[in-house]
Amino acid sequence: MKRTWYSYPYIVWMAIFIVVPFLLLLFYSFTVSTDEGIKFTLDHIKRLWDPIYLMVLLRSINLAIICTVICLVIGYPVGLILASKEYSSKKVLALLFVIPMWINFLLRTYAWMTLLEKGGLVYTILEFLHIPNSQLLYTDQAVVLGMVYNFLPFMVLPIYSVLTKLDKSIVEAAEDLGANYITVLRRVIIPLSLPGVISGITMVFMPAVTTFIISRLLGGGHYILVGNLIEQQFMVVGDWNFGSAISFVLMVIILISMGVLRKYDEGHEGGAIW
Amino acid sequence: MSEPIIRLVNISKDYDGTEALKNINLYIRKNEFLTLLGPSGCGKTTTLRIIAGFEQPDSGEVYFEGKNITNLPPYKRKVNTVFQRYALFPHMNVAENIAFGLKIKKMDKKTIDRKVAEMLELVNLKGFEKRYVDSLSGGQQQRVAIARALVNEPEVLLLDEPLGALDLKLRKGMQIELKKIHKYLGITFVYVTHDQEEALTMSDTIVVMKDGTIQQIGTPEMIYNEPKNSFVADFIGESNIVPGRMIKDSLVYFAEREFKCVDSGFNHNEEVDVVVRPEDIKLVPEDQGMLQGRVESVTFKGVHYEMMVRSAGYEWMIHSTVMEPVGSRVGLSIMPNDIHIMKKVSTE
Repeated sequence: MKRTWYSYPYIVWMAIFIVVPFLLLLFYSFTVSTDEGIKFTLDHIKRLWDPIYLMVLLRSINLAIICTVICLVIGYPVGLILASKEYSSKKVLALLFVIPMWINFLLRTYAWMTLLEKGGLVYTILEFLHIPNSQLLYTDQAVVLGMVYNFLPFMVLPIYSVLTKLDKSIVEAAEDLGANYITVLRRVIIPLSLPGVISGITMVFMPAVTTFIISRLLGGGHYILVGNLIEQQFMVVGDWNFGSAISFVLMVIILISMGVLRKYDEGHEGGAIW
Repeated sequence: MSEPIIRLVNISKDYDGTEALKNINLYIRKNEFLTLLGPSGCGKTTTLRIIAGFEQPDSGEVYFEGKNITNLPPYKRKVNTVFQRYALFPHMNVAENIAFGLKIKKMDKKTIDRKVAEMLELVNLKGFEKRYVDSLSGGQQQRVAIARALVNEPEVLLLDEPLGALDLKLRKGMQIELKKIHKYLGITFVYVTHDQEEALTMSDTIVVMKDGTIQQIGTPEMIYNEPKNSFVADFIGESNIVPGRMIKDSLVYFAEREFKCVDSGFNHNEEVDVVVRPEDIKLVPEDQGMLQGRVESVTFKGVHYEMMVRSAGYEWMIHSTVMEPVGSRVGLSIMPNDIHIMKKVSTE
């Protein structure tokens, strides 16, 4: 019996909300409407070559990389702890990581604004401890903090899920053959959990590089990341062609970097989400 | 008799309130092939894991060559383990798997290569160096696991049901091979299995376990011929076990009559279990038998027939190369030294 028709609603959904917008994006990126009608052009892409825009792009990628690295450094040990024997029976800690995800993303980010602003909780505590803190809100650090806070679960969860699936007897075999914990970690656990690490990196890097809410709220009104730039072109300037062109270039950059990561992961077994 | 290489003293272990091991005392002699045998949940694997260091006993001590190693982590122990499901490293090829322990000991590459080649030869896997483990069959993976453990030249090799996942024919072959390897290397093997036949074939010493306690320790012949209680008798090979009563030394009452036997040292009229192996009951013409009965069923088993005979209120299992058809009347004859008298075990 054929059941393929079950998937039709999803296919329709994808067509309307993914394929069509993507085609529109391509259309706007490479066309210009003149008096003589619509013409193919590379001008929008070329415009991005302007140092001002390149700087924005580089800064976005830079911050996204910093955020991803911090998430990995914090997230891997957390995944290890969550997956360890002592905690795997109690789901409390895992739940603690998931609960913030139930709360609206915007609310969580607004909450950080109140915490970081002058006279806010963090500000007051630092002042009390006599740690110099002229400005907390509206800095690179605040933006990175907001991104790490919001995206950390996306790093922890895939790592955690790969680690819990790891056959415990493989770890025991390594110990049995004379490996202490550090060696087991280096030679067995980390290599075998790479698929989780890679999907974690993907799931943090992609939203981090395109974010515009976090940078707007925690970076201030003049703080421009590539996400803000795109948003501006559509919402403020009304230049859909240039907005689409930036989106297109960003998409290409992301696809290439993911392709490289995926190549690196080849030969390992699944666990990756995509 | 050589000195024990491993001694377990008063070992107890609890898993969430259930007692996995109750006060185990055991010593393992150098170079012997010792098998921990018992049904699942009897504590045999836990015992092995305590020797390997993966589990800590709640009480009691583990001694290795006279030194207390109870709290020593696994990576500092001079034992290596062959795991039930092989536990090979999936991200390494065969040679890298086998070399794992040697690389940790920081041996030079030449020595490692030589030792790996030797091991592959020993387990008949020459030419498999570069193969990845998931491309190997179960039997081949098992050989890699054995080679990976043995290459470290452990004093004691621990094997946790290593042949459990293999089919019968392969298992028989591996049993013989393991026995050969044991003889060739001359090290101590501690082997865990629930397969009594495997235990009888391979071991120098068998430790029969049940519910976290040791039931009997002995050579395969001792365990088979003189089981200490009805559990061991039943678990090791097939047995007819019926209740009986000792009249006096060398005379026992069961199945509604008296039998001569060879056991002594019981109280007068003590209630006992009487164990008779199916192959020890002879089929004779009805009027010459000690017991009379009717053949209820016959099953062909290859070498012998298995017949169930109803007599004196019991079903007797009899193994014989001569077949009596279903429904025929037969006599049963049992020799005195084939009757094994056992103290009644307190009800489970």
